[in-house]
Amino acid sequence: MTQIRAVFSTPWIWSFVGAFVVWLATITFTGGVGGGGMLTAALSLAVFMVIVGVGQMFVITLGPGNVDLSLPANIGLASAVAMTVMNGQDSRIALGILAALASGAAVGAANYMLIWALRIPPIIATLSASFIIHSIDIAFGRGLQIKPPPGFADFTNVQFLGIPVMAMLTVLFTIGAGIALNRMIYGRSVLAIGQNLRAAWLAGVNVGWIRFFTYTLCGMLGGLNGALLAGYFRGANVDIGNEYLLSSIAVVVIGGTSVAGGKANIPGIWGASLFLVLLLTMLNTFGVSAGVRLLLTGLIIVGVITAAGGEKSLR
Amino acid sequence: MTDAVVEPSSSRAANSAARARMLRAMLPALSFALVVIAIAWLNPRAISYFGFSLMLNLAIPIALATIAQMFVIASNELDLSIGTFVGFVGCVTATWLRDAPLVGALILLGSIGVYALLGALIHLRNLPSIVVTLGMSFVWQGLAILTLPTPGGKAPDWLSAIVGFKPPFIPFPILAAIVIALIVHFGLMRTSYGAILRGSGGNPVALGRAGWSILRVKMTLFALAGLFGVLSGMTLVGITTAGDANIGNGYTLLAIAGVILGGGEFVGGRVSPIGAVLGALTLALAASPLLTFMKIPPDWQVAANGVILIVVLAARVLISRRER
Repeated sequence: MTQIRAVFSTPWIWSFVGAFVVWLATITFTGGVGGGGMLTAALSLAVFMVIVGVGQMFVITLGPGNVDLSLPANIGLASAVAMTVMNGQDSRIALGILAALASGAAVGAANYMLIWALRIPPIIATLSASFIIHSIDIAFGRGLQIKPPPGFADFTNVQFLGIPVMAMLTVLFTIGAGIALNRMIYGRSVLAIGQNLRAAWLAGVNVGWIRFFTYTLCGMLGGLNGALLAGYFRGANVDIGNEYLLSSIAVVVIGGTSVAGGKANIPGIWGASLFLVLLLTMLNTFGVSAGVRLLLTGLIIVGVITAAGGEKSLR
Repeated sequence: MTDAVVEPSSSRAANSAARARMLRAMLPALSFALVVIAIAWLNPRAISYFGFSLMLNLAIPIALATIAQMFVIASNELDLSIGTFVGFVGCVTATWLRDAPLVGALILLGSIGVYALLGALIHLRNLPSIVVTLGMSFVWQGLAILTLPTPGGKAPDWLSAIVGFKPPFIPFPILAAIVIALIVHFGLMRTSYGAILRGSGGNPVALGRAGWSILRVKMTLFALAGLFGVLSGMTLVGITTAGDANIGNGYTLLAIAGVILGGGEFVGGRVSPIGAVLGALTLALAASPLLTFMKIPPDWQVAANGVILIVVLAARVLISRRER
């Protein structure tokens, strides 16, 4: 009994329960048809949310006010950079991914430079940066018609026993992120800064470097996401990352990470991502119009946040 | 705006600090003046009654949305849904408010009520306003699309008449901006309840101990944000004459930028209505007229906003350093 209670008191279990309920509702509606295929598709799409969600989680865990609003612009730019460098050739895939990572890292580093040099809240720093990145992307990536190399496009779609390989790799990645968060000096430092920046500093944590590294890491994950999205959707696009502003923050919060910082949760990001993706799938299956779909998505997000509750404001 | 009070026992250091504070308060006006001077230098003919009317055509809805955002920021929250809310109001204005004015007015009043309830929800459940308002941005956009699936509708005639008003000597957008800035400045900065409202961002605990209901204060601030969001959407449709569910999407970020440009701070209830209006006008001028005169392609308009924001914030850091 106490064990059951322990399971249900973990904050992230609810996101998986929610995802399961949504999935059940959908296959009940279809009469049991396509349940497996739906999960495969959901896993493929959830991967993109998980990757940026992990980056956003590290940033949010740094404490009140830390959030990266430049992810959509970052993802858009990285998708264009990756496609340009790959130039449709299989031999240049690794180079393209490296270029996307570098583009993302540059954005992340620039974000932290603004925060550090101008001593402004991260929200406004990443916001002003995103204005500029967005323009660079429009100027650089407009009319870019380069298709991803066939090998890369196949990789983003390949499945093993009905499970996308990319999802398996992302599970490995999240396990690594979990170890980094809970067992490594870096992760412990992030948590310490989020709980009390001054105490962490007095305890000898190099606050500046950890914050710099975290923003750069989040930027790099955004860059990686841009490259993968361009592969999955067969081409770069300025607006390819737009939905990840909301979803990167939402999966972190729904997944049980504290918006006040200092308390992070990796498994919850998977649960919340699956929940959001399956929710959209369900609304699509029900055949509702675009307006109703947006309306319900918004209401459900607000409802879930309200139910999950919060401790402190993000800022 | 911070009043530069010089203490009687002012040493040289205190004097310099006071000057820095003064400079800081003047920054929004200075950046606005700088953009106007740049435009005048590039194209002297733009500085005229007609030129300003054209260039600042869309500045009034932006200024109103910025004021709405400012009320939310005054209580240490952030509204990421104001843009889609403006779009929703626009759609309602172009359809219901014209065809069935009573229903339209009720919908708009109801949406202000929703804003007040959001303030209550965020306060009572201690929710991160960023996430709640991001969720709400989907709700408003969904409602806007349901109201007006394709761009269209028509602004009510009386609204077009108000927005098309041509006062003598002073262009309408400038006159309207002055009126908005002064009304909000008086209400928020010069009345006792305005001080209470700002106090919810400055020191909510002290405010609560003094017997004020933080819940009521938050609800009031969010309702005011809703009210100015409604005004912004209505004027926007009055100017563009038709509704479009996506018309206001860019306003969310513009409004935040305008508040910060106008000297507002994210925490501590430090906001400035006059600064916010000036910030909005600066962004409106810098985003397109200035770049057009500088022959910079429209691709870089968004970047211009980012650069202006960064330059002004950098200037503020330099001044603040002297303030200490």
